[in-house]
Amino acid sequence: MLEFLTREFPATWRLPLRGWTNDAVNWLLLNYGDVFRGFTETLLQVLLRVERFLSALPWWLVVLLVALLVWHATARSWWTAATLAGLMVLVGSFGLWASMMTTLAIMLVATIFTIVLGIPAGIAMARSDRLKRLFRPLLDGMQTMPSFVYLVPVVMFFGLGNVAAIIATFVYAVPPIIRLTDLGLRLVDKEVMEAADAFGASERQALFLVRLPLAVPTIMAGINQTIMMALAMVVVASMIGARGLGQEVLRGLQRGDVGLGLEAGLAIVIVAVVMDRVTAGYSRRWDHTLEER
Amino acid sequence: MPHLEARRLTKVFGPDPDSVLPLLRDGVGKDEILERTGHTVGLQAVDMTVEPGETFVVMGLSGSGKSTLVRCVNRLIEPTTGTLRLDDTDVLALSSGALRELRRRRMGMVFQRFALLPHRSVLDNVSFGLQVQGVPRAERERRAGAWVERVGLQGYERALPRELSGGMQQRVGLARALCTDPEVLLMDEAFSALDPLIRREMQDELLRLQAELGKTIVFITHDLDEALRLGDRVAVLKDGLLVQVGTPAEIVMHPADDYVRAFVEHVDRSRVLKVRHVMCTAAAGSPLANGSALAEGVRLQANMPLHEALALVASASEAAIVVDTSGRTVGRLDARTALSALVRGHGEPSR
Repeated sequence: MLEFLTREFPATWRLPLRGWTNDAVNWLLLNYGDVFRGFTETLLQVLLRVERFLSALPWWLVVLLVALLVWHATARSWWTAATLAGLMVLVGSFGLWASMMTTLAIMLVATIFTIVLGIPAGIAMARSDRLKRLFRPLLDGMQTMPSFVYLVPVVMFFGLGNVAAIIATFVYAVPPIIRLTDLGLRLVDKEVMEAADAFGASERQALFLVRLPLAVPTIMAGINQTIMMALAMVVVASMIGARGLGQEVLRGLQRGDVGLGLEAGLAIVIVAVVMDRVTAGYSRRWDHTLEER
Repeated sequence: MPHLEARRLTKVFGPDPDSVLPLLRDGVGKDEILERTGHTVGLQAVDMTVEPGETFVVMGLSGSGKSTLVRCVNRLIEPTTGTLRLDDTDVLALSSGALRELRRRRMGMVFQRFALLPHRSVLDNVSFGLQVQGVPRAERERRAGAWVERVGLQGYERALPRELSGGMQQRVGLARALCTDPEVLLMDEAFSALDPLIRREMQDELLRLQAELGKTIVFITHDLDEALRLGDRVAVLKDGLLVQVGTPAEIVMHPADDYVRAFVEHVDRSRVLKVRHVMCTAAAGSPLANGSALAEGVRLQANMPLHEALALVASASEAAIVVDTSGRTVGRLDARTALSALVRGHGEPSR
């Protein structure tokens, strides 16, 4: 009866998750391979266009545009704008300008992809407590699961290269935007929500006229976190063939070229700082609950 | 016919409100129900009628259920049982779509902490109700602009709520509620968050607007002075039960129980009572009814507040004549009668 109460874990208790997973992956590849290839091709075309556009811009125009964006986002801080512009020039002086543009293109597409899917998911999560209970462990899992675990299937479905990098980045970076969209919508002042109800706003009107605008600062904070996490994936993504700054870091690692690694690493940090200042700046600027500055 | 009529309106909060209703019917108290079943009784069989154009004030301390009551009127809180009629509309039977229409067109609401939309300008806040109705931008801005002016905020149309003082913010709240031209105005502790001076100013503003508009108003407050000042009638709510409903003078002069009595004890009666409440009435055909007999005496308007009349009768040697708005003599008032009305227990009007 109680023969399983041994010291060793009973060998017959074997949940064949491994087999199931592998079967499922194979089945998907066999039956839906074309769908994945089509999707990969579409995303690749989008990415190529963005990359070609960014590379076509003269370097000084990019620096100027970034400086203007920072200046606007930080409520006209000349100092921040000038510093960040200077740091971008520094990346150019490392000989990494083209790599930085590639990384920016991948970031841009991955971030937009993440936001476009993440915000509606966050809205759905804010609407339903049941969905929230379902999403939470899933999001926790996505954030804590070692990325190497899903790099393999991602490559199997989307091939080596930038598209696989975008998908892997998405898995890692989408949780904060979903979570913070949900949080932002739930944090809207109860009395303000009540007012929308009292004036007969439909659910859609309440969402678009009241809740989403008021959640914008929190959602921006989510976008900020998403971008930071996406940048953290740059090097990992280069292992599955993504080009750009991550590739340079990897090259430095493989050749024992500490200097190259440092230069590329610094460039990633600079891209991160620029994107952080811009998104954090808008998050603060659009927070109408703050006192007038 | 009353404009708004609630019958046996009851609200129980908790997992299974219906299970508590039999206990309520048996007269089990609020505290005992909470202890025995874990349900909180918000309202207990409240009967309330509000006449068209009347300002009906619901007065109660925190936890008395007054906020619950006003939210039951537009079903922000769903009553457990009872009926609620607005004219011919059975409000509690409305589908969610019909309820939305009712809230859009027939009821406006003003909130304690203003509940303005912080990301929208004053004008866009005031026009919110019209936007929800689907009124085109140009028209709703025109109509909202008129209301912004009417509450004295011209020049602030483009300001954001956070740039305004509390009093100004609540003017926006008031304009927002009035902008859809609702029949019924629900005001939940609308002035409670304001400084005393500003509060008084807003009360005057409401009285002024109400004199022009004649809306049916349900006004919630915990402040007795405010209740007596604004209300055509005042309802006193305690533990979800209506303890007394009456005109301010009735509440002050005939408190229904010790609870209300304790409330009105410290009220300045001379400001609540009017001459007609305390005067000796003239019997038809009596010599008094003949005004000429006392032609030299002081004349008082029946609706004059007692504190103003006191100054006049105190210096007069004879009783003053009280006349109604058409100048007809309706009674007389001497200093002794006026003074005794101010003392608790001697406030019975002479009939």
